[in-house]
Amino acid sequence: MTELPAAHTSRLPQPGPLPNRLQLTDEGQLRHMLTIEGLNRTLLTEILDTAESFANMNEKAVKKVPLLRGKTIVNLFFEASTRTRTTFELAAKRLSADVLNINISTSSAVKGESLLDTLRNLEAMNVDMFVVRHEESGTAHFIARHAAPGISVLNAGDGRHAHPTQALLDMFTIRRHKGDFTKLKVAIVGDILHSRVARSQIHALNILQTGEVRVVAPRSLLPADVEQLGVHVHHDLDSGLQDVDVVIMLRLQRERMEHAHLPSEHEYFQRFGLTARRLQLASPTCLVMHPGPANRGVEIESAVADGPHSVILEQVTYGISVRMAVMSMVMGAHQS
Amino acid sequence: MTPEVPVLLDDMAARTRELLEARGIESPIVVGIHSGGVWIAEHLRERLGIQRPLGKLDISFYRDDFSRIGMHPQVRPSQLPEDLDGEHVLLVDDVLYTGRTIRAALNELFDYGRPASVTLAVLVERDGRELPVCAAVAGAHMELGQAEQIKLRGPEPLSLERVAVEPPEGADG
Repeated sequence: MTELPAAHTSRLPQPGPLPNRLQLTDEGQLRHMLTIEGLNRTLLTEILDTAESFANMNEKAVKKVPLLRGKTIVNLFFEASTRTRTTFELAAKRLSADVLNINISTSSAVKGESLLDTLRNLEAMNVDMFVVRHEESGTAHFIARHAAPGISVLNAGDGRHAHPTQALLDMFTIRRHKGDFTKLKVAIVGDILHSRVARSQIHALNILQTGEVRVVAPRSLLPADVEQLGVHVHHDLDSGLQDVDVVIMLRLQRERMEHAHLPSEHEYFQRFGLTARRLQLASPTCLVMHPGPANRGVEIESAVADGPHSVILEQVTYGISVRMAVMSMVMGAHQS
Repeated sequence: MTPEVPVLLDDMAARTRELLEARGIESPIVVGIHSGGVWIAEHLRERLGIQRPLGKLDISFYRDDFSRIGMHPQVRPSQLPEDLDGEHVLLVDDVLYTGRTIRAALNELFDYGRPASVTLAVLVERDGRELPVCAAVAGAHMELGQAEQIKLRGPEPLSLERVAVEPPEGADG
């Protein structure tokens, strides 16, 4: 793992040059899904359109299509996850693929087996796709670089770097409700500094030409070079919420408190917690989103999380369709 | 010379009506296969005076050549108006060629329920079958050989066109 960059600085993680040579085929088709950064609008739209077709499958008696029958997909999770892993697993199963769930923190890593050894062993079992989550930025790229040809790698979250399928399902949710992105004001609120979700969302929103993208956070939870991402920075929630069409709340990781990034949960909620009263500053048809799991009473009030503006559970449902779209597209790209 | 589509549709409608009567089917669900099959299904449904909404199938997720040619970029959602359990289905396509599209469509239909029966009606039945599939009603029969295809242009007006092609490996029809 010597190729992985150091993780803990306050700047944006850069796991290497833009990975499009890695994630796209010569014909421009998606082969791996590592990061949103550098993808174009046409390709993102194609993913969302494909997901739309899968979203309609829920009407069927048999919620399954035979597209990836005979393929084996490995969920390689070095970091705990419930929602992401289960929706990847369901997506694979609804495409008729076979799924192997490997939780590395409890298996060979403990015995001292290197990542490459793990990879080679799984490849020897003739698998077709790795879905990877790891606490180090750049792990999915590393695996994509070293995987045998014909194997696709999907990044299910790497360190503070990227979580592309989460961003795609958020875009899908926004598009279903709002249609055109160019007229929208979107605010992302919370711990931007440590959030791979926020980073992928910002790239996706900008590629889809969103009217205005805002980040709202205390200075201690923003990367020093956040403006490079093409966002408007607000340090005050009331001004950040003014007239927005979509507000995305991020999970406040409680362990951050210990690292002196923040005073206290109570004080954070006072300044940056989304309440029904504050939500009135936003557009009357504002969507409230959260990648989950939400800390009720820390970044979001229960009345808002369960309220009429909330699409938090829709995000979970759409996560399956979006992951089905990405999985079928990357598997298709190897064939042509 | 390619036949006029409206003439073929009239003929298809007359023979479909006879067939449905003979089988004692009063009100089938008409289901077209994207894109050409949906156009033909719409006209046929109108001519047969069937009130029930049209069903549409996009068989992209059921194709047997996905592992060779990958994902079709524009998949339209399949829309079936109601539960298919116990229903009589009139499945409609524009051209019956290898039979692979129909196989895929049957697989998809059965994921929506267990129809009482499926009757296949096509505008053109041509040579080149690779699977044991045959149409109950066909507007026209053609012998084209491998170097030629017949294409339906539409939606308005509908016309048939013979085109010389290098058939791509695994061409569907």
